[in-house]
Amino acid sequence: MQSRRSFIKVSALSAAMALAGFASSAAFAADTIKVGVLHSLSGTMAISETVLKDTALMAIEEINAKGGVLGKKLEPVVVDPASNWPLFAEKARQLISSDKVAVTFGCWTSVSRKSVLPVFEELNSLLFYPVQYEGEELSKNVFYTGAAPNQQAIPAVEYLLSKDGGSAKRFVLLGTDYVYPRTTNKILRAFLKSKGVADADILEEYTPFGHSDYQTIIAKIKKFASEGKKTAVVSTINGDSNVPFYKELGNQGIKATDVPVVAFSVGEEELRGVDTKPLVGHLAAWNYFMSVKNPTNTEFIKKWTAYAKKHNLAGHKDKPLTNDPMEATYIGIHMWAQAAEKAKSTDTDKVIAAMAGQTFKAPSGFVAKMDEKNHHLHKPVFIGEVRADGQFRVVWKTPGPVKAQPWSPYIPENKGKKDEPEKK
Amino acid sequence: MTSLLARLQTAALVLALGLCGSATLARPAPELVLQLATGDNDARIAALGTLAASADPDALPLLEALRDDALKSRGGNQAVIYDGETARDAITGKPLVPVPDDLEDVMTNNRVTVALDAAFAAFDLAAPERATRLAAVRTLQESGDPALLPLLDKALATEKDPQVIDLLRVAQAGARLHHPDRATRLAAIETLGGSGAPGARAQLGSLLEKNGASFVEADAAVREAARKAISHIDTWLEIGEIAGGLFTGVSLASILLLAALGLAITYGLMGVINMAHGELIMIGAYATFLVQNLLRTHAPGLFEFYPLFAIPVAFLVSALVGATMERLVIRHLYGRPLETLLATWGISLVLIQGVRSLFGAQNVMVENPAWLSGGVQVMSNLILPWNRLAIIAFAILVVMGMSLILTRTRLGLFVRAVTQNRQMAGCVGVATPRVDTLAFALGSGVAGLAGCALAQVGNVGPDLGQSYIIDSFMVVVLGGVGQLAGTVYAALGLGVFNKLLEGVAGAVLAKITVLVLIIVFIQKRPQGLFAVKGRFADN
Repeated sequence: MQSRRSFIKVSALSAAMALAGFASSAAFAADTIKVGVLHSLSGTMAISETVLKDTALMAIEEINAKGGVLGKKLEPVVVDPASNWPLFAEKARQLISSDKVAVTFGCWTSVSRKSVLPVFEELNSLLFYPVQYEGEELSKNVFYTGAAPNQQAIPAVEYLLSKDGGSAKRFVLLGTDYVYPRTTNKILRAFLKSKGVADADILEEYTPFGHSDYQTIIAKIKKFASEGKKTAVVSTINGDSNVPFYKELGNQGIKATDVPVVAFSVGEEELRGVDTKPLVGHLAAWNYFMSVKNPTNTEFIKKWTAYAKKHNLAGHKDKPLTNDPMEATYIGIHMWAQAAEKAKSTDTDKVIAAMAGQTFKAPSGFVAKMDEKNHHLHKPVFIGEVRADGQFRVVWKTPGPVKAQPWSPYIPENKGKKDEPEKK
Repeated sequence: MTSLLARLQTAALVLALGLCGSATLARPAPELVLQLATGDNDARIAALGTLAASADPDALPLLEALRDDALKSRGGNQAVIYDGETARDAITGKPLVPVPDDLEDVMTNNRVTVALDAAFAAFDLAAPERATRLAAVRTLQESGDPALLPLLDKALATEKDPQVIDLLRVAQAGARLHHPDRATRLAAIETLGGSGAPGARAQLGSLLEKNGASFVEADAAVREAARKAISHIDTWLEIGEIAGGLFTGVSLASILLLAALGLAITYGLMGVINMAHGELIMIGAYATFLVQNLLRTHAPGLFEFYPLFAIPVAFLVSALVGATMERLVIRHLYGRPLETLLATWGISLVLIQGVRSLFGAQNVMVENPAWLSGGVQVMSNLILPWNRLAIIAFAILVVMGMSLILTRTRLGLFVRAVTQNRQMAGCVGVATPRVDTLAFALGSGVAGLAGCALAQVGNVGPDLGQSYIIDSFMVVVLGGVGQLAGTVYAALGLGVFNKLLEGVAGAVLAKITVLVLIIVFIQKRPQGLFAVKGRFADN
């Protein structure tokens, strides 16, 4: 009896350890440069983040195949913060302090980035953040390879206001309840006001992470849309909530031609679990789509397909998909490697100095450039409509890369803020 | 020069027609074709409008090419149809060999799609199938384009089906809202107001808008009529809204009920605090996923009905896992709630990690078959999705089945006997350990059924169970431990209350409020809504 009970305890304990068990495997190999990969491999954000981990590993493999950085191989250290925001900070500290990584690639949600930020600043380490976000932040220790609001949210809403976007007059700002949607919607509200949209014509709604019952929200959207004038929905729903949201949208017969939904966190990967036929025509705004045609992208997709096959990645081995944050991760790692080569060191401050002005031929078909000052990339903006096969048809794009504005001019308090990190 | 070119093209076309009579050629005016392929969106929409109004069936292949992204533009002055293998000139039909590599996609955005749909619908008005005509007239209803009037009039003249005629009248009214004749406008407003068509309110509302200083509709009496029609529609919309709110509540209740029913047995009747209950639901969902994949690869003909096959499989798999759990772990811990809690929590972690290793951390895709997609339109603003209706029906069936098993079968009798007084039941010859296992397996199997149903509305991932475990315990505790009826009422109450609150306060606040209210309620009434009465109730 006693032994059985201890067996149970042991099994419970080992299970708990297995949860945390993705942590550093080969922490003591010599003559390598360690790089951290900090993405949720479980929990509500796993739907989006898992693939970024694999992209990072692919890029590292690619760099190693060409001889590594500064003559040393890169050694990835993968940890799983499990969509648990405080755990992100813990894992980041572990990566920097005990694994001694030179740089970390990671985070998706802004709340996770905010959670690790003090750690990276305190220990003066580097984070490459690959996802579009709300701006309003500029840390010397972070390079933002995703879009700032003026590289995604603002152009998307401008498109909705335009004739081709349906000349929308009323807006539903729908999001998951955390810092990114709230801040983005604050910026969008100010932007819409500047375009003459009244407060009464804006409906703001939030749902918790992992929310799965969108009946009430959809009913509200329908009601709002039926009150007259063309309505559009701006969705900042994050993670796997998108699947039930789009399912319900399809079932309730809201067509893109009536009420278009433009999403900022839904790409090819998030639509994998959804029957896209009822969603044809709904929109997404990104700096890259898998359907963009150019030689660099063809090459990128080919590499990813081969990598997914070789490593037997669930889902991707049968149906490889690429998306914007994957592209941003890919750009980030290569830029870091270039900067480290240029600085002849992996020292944080030297790499930061070398990052300014780095360029990389991105799969989007444009040359992405790291701004000399503000730690953000110059990127093109695409707006795509969902096709029946889950890919996006680009219906609008900027003529060239756009410089990021981390401090949105639509927030009055940002007046006079400098377009570069504060010196410490 | 251009006209000469066009004439040459036409000549070539005639020639080609003469040469091979079977060639499928787009015969509409060449400039329209060119406009469709190379013009900007405004020009394209104008071209589509012209084609729709002409209702020239020869334009159909061209429209289909545009819809299927087969229409390409080349150098801004040639329209090409490219089907992925061969390319031909859209005007002359001449094959282009080899396929030119400078074909540009024609960007079809939502705005063009609307015009394209309307064009297709215009053609479909004359279709022989009633369903096609119905769909077509529904599409045309919302456009309100006066250019379509001749087409609608023509269709009305030949249409026999009463329902299609009704809808045609509404579409006609929509297109007549800006008719120069006042009486016609008034009649159109009346038709629209009484139609209950989804777009009617917006169409009527457009009359009341101001165009600069003056109203779109200059006549005050007509505006008044429109206003009245709108308020009439609003009354119906409100009724639809309330009905919709109730339906979402019942739908949530059915999900809560399914999730909690299994627990009502394992925790409610048997008293096992089963923290792995959510994972049994998750296993049921994954079983559904597997059945779906098996049928897709081995019997595609039956794929449409995979949920029906998945139901017994999900039940059996979860029941088996539950029985194993009970045999190996839980039975040694009866009467020790704290250890049971820890052990089952451990098991839940093992199960989650096991599934994660087997299927990956990512969510897996469970498709809705066609008969569970979409919904039935009850009112203009009330669509009841089929998957939710199916789950409500399924929940009712499961509850009925459960209560039959518990009250009408020998197993049910034994389960009730054992849970009420274990010693006494043992004394009269009931094999209590076997009954325990069976009862636990039954509860687990019902959790598996819940998983099968939840896979149709939510995400299927290793963490699926975590999001339902709290709700499940909430329902069982609120309903009163040991009572099936209590569970049903609690689920219904929680579901409807939660949805009503959500409508007012938003999803985040609603969730918090419900939790707070339950805490307060349990403080006041620890035994839940329905307390078990009787001599052994306190044990």
